[in-house]
Amino acid sequence: MLTLNGISKTFHPGTVNERAALKNISLHLQPGDFVTIIGSNGAGKSTLFNMISGNFIVDSGGIILDGQDITFMKEHKRAKVIGRLFQDPLKGSAPSMTIEENLALAYMRGTGFKIGFGMQKKEKNFFREKLAQLDLGLEDRMKTKVGLLSGGQRQAVTLMMSTLVTPKLLLLDEHTAALDPATAEKVLQITKEIVEAEHITTMMITHNIQSALELGNRTIMMDEGKIILDIKGKEREGMTTEKLLECFKKASHKVLDNDRMLLA
Amino acid sequence: MSLYTLTSCIELGLLYGLLTLGIYISYRILNIADLTVDGSFTLGAAVSVMMTTIGHPFLGILLGMIAGSLAGMVTALLHTKLKIQPILAGILTMTGLQSINISVMGGKPNIGLLNVETLFTKSRELFDKNFGGSLVGLLICTLVIMYMVLFLHTQVGLSVRATGDNEDMVKSSSINVDFTKTIGLMLANALVGLSGALIGQNQGFADASMGIGMVVAGLASLIIGEIIFGTLAELIFRKKNILIHVISVLLGSVTYRVIIAAALEINISASSMKLISAIIITLAISYPVLKEQLAFNRKKRLHGKVRKENETCSL
Repeated sequence: MLTLNGISKTFHPGTVNERAALKNISLHLQPGDFVTIIGSNGAGKSTLFNMISGNFIVDSGGIILDGQDITFMKEHKRAKVIGRLFQDPLKGSAPSMTIEENLALAYMRGTGFKIGFGMQKKEKNFFREKLAQLDLGLEDRMKTKVGLLSGGQRQAVTLMMSTLVTPKLLLLDEHTAALDPATAEKVLQITKEIVEAEHITTMMITHNIQSALELGNRTIMMDEGKIILDIKGKEREGMTTEKLLECFKKASHKVLDNDRMLLA
Repeated sequence: MSLYTLTSCIELGLLYGLLTLGIYISYRILNIADLTVDGSFTLGAAVSVMMTTIGHPFLGILLGMIAGSLAGMVTALLHTKLKIQPILAGILTMTGLQSINISVMGGKPNIGLLNVETLFTKSRELFDKNFGGSLVGLLICTLVIMYMVLFLHTQVGLSVRATGDNEDMVKSSSINVDFTKTIGLMLANALVGLSGALIGQNQGFADASMGIGMVVAGLASLIIGEIIFGTLAELIFRKKNILIHVISVLLGSVTYRVIIAAALEINISASSMKLISAIIITLAISYPVLKEQLAFNRKKRLHGKVRKENETCSL
């Protein structure tokens, strides 16, 4: 589904602030793969997402999504097939517009602009049905402004928005990190249900090693702009948090006292 | 205040109201302080007055509106394609327009309409000497509001609204933000141009400096409308939607003209009006901050008092 061919990115090249954020990263994802990505801050996880979604253009290498070369495609065009969620729940929706208006906008991703009103009756019913799946009672509050919802509700709505038109790739950038544990669990559960039901190829950044190993079918660990560990199948099944930290030590040749360094 | 003054306030209020609606789109919906307005207003007036002198008042209004929207497009391109900050992009367009406006008026800084038929002389002839002008304003405002509210509920309209609200979200809905900003700024300045075109014919002249301070006047009308009529409407209808918002803004423009007429009647010189407008806006925009500051001071004073009393007790 997604193929990264040796992509690299250096920020501020030629200055004292020069920093290689990604070094020759290659990765291949099968359709329906759910990859969790872990690594300390500055490892290049978010930069990787920014490259895939087109926020930055790569220095070298290529990105192929579903057979199409998207290396130089504009961000908003890629968004047609790539859904993305951020850590900040405020980032994914327009606060002064209603829930249904937000969904209508997200729904345009598939249809493009049409002459006529933002929503027809049929679409409204469809949105209501979708919201009911979240089980948060939002289907009865479709005319509520999104700015009045809580962080967890907003993140759930955003998740619904980015999967309303099934994307080819879903990028989740620590999308539950800003939520309280109970809400985070709920949003993760919803994520899992949607991804499984629609069979969406997904990449998820997380700092929670436990959920990184529980969710999905493949785990990648990044450090200093490189993929230092890539586990799936049997090897992953037998993996525990302790073993993973051991692997990190071996792969990065760094001494790690505890998991704080990795999690910080 | 005489009836005559009041009718002319309503007339001017409605005509300038179109400018206020333009500013509503750029300032409230797109969240951009668009300074193109000072230039595009004059451009609309210049085009309209020139067309009127050669006997095409209707065409003049239409072309004035189109010219305004083109000015908006220039600002939008400067901002979206060349990445110039919106305020500076507006200033650049507005400055450039000063030369263009004079060349539109045939190289002269102003032109007048003497004994030439305009939209307003026609309407006054046809309907009523006093209310003919207001009627034109009311008709055009109704049409504009109708189409504008309809537009803001279409798919393109929704994405223009979302652009000012959360650009990232619009991008991730696969919509080109440059496109929505351009549409928004073109629409805003089309309304400003329309307002200028009408004012030009109404006053019977176009002047290179007639647009100075229009942003401020428009913002003042917008804020007055929101504070007075927006609040009132919320109390009555118990809801807030775009139609109510837009009508409040238009009424704000009429109120602003009434305030100005009242100020002139109590002998505040016309030249002080700009200063008064600036002060009104400053107060209105900073109102929430001032309110918070006052509440903070009150709490602090109260707290200090209580502590002092406690201290005296413990002594």
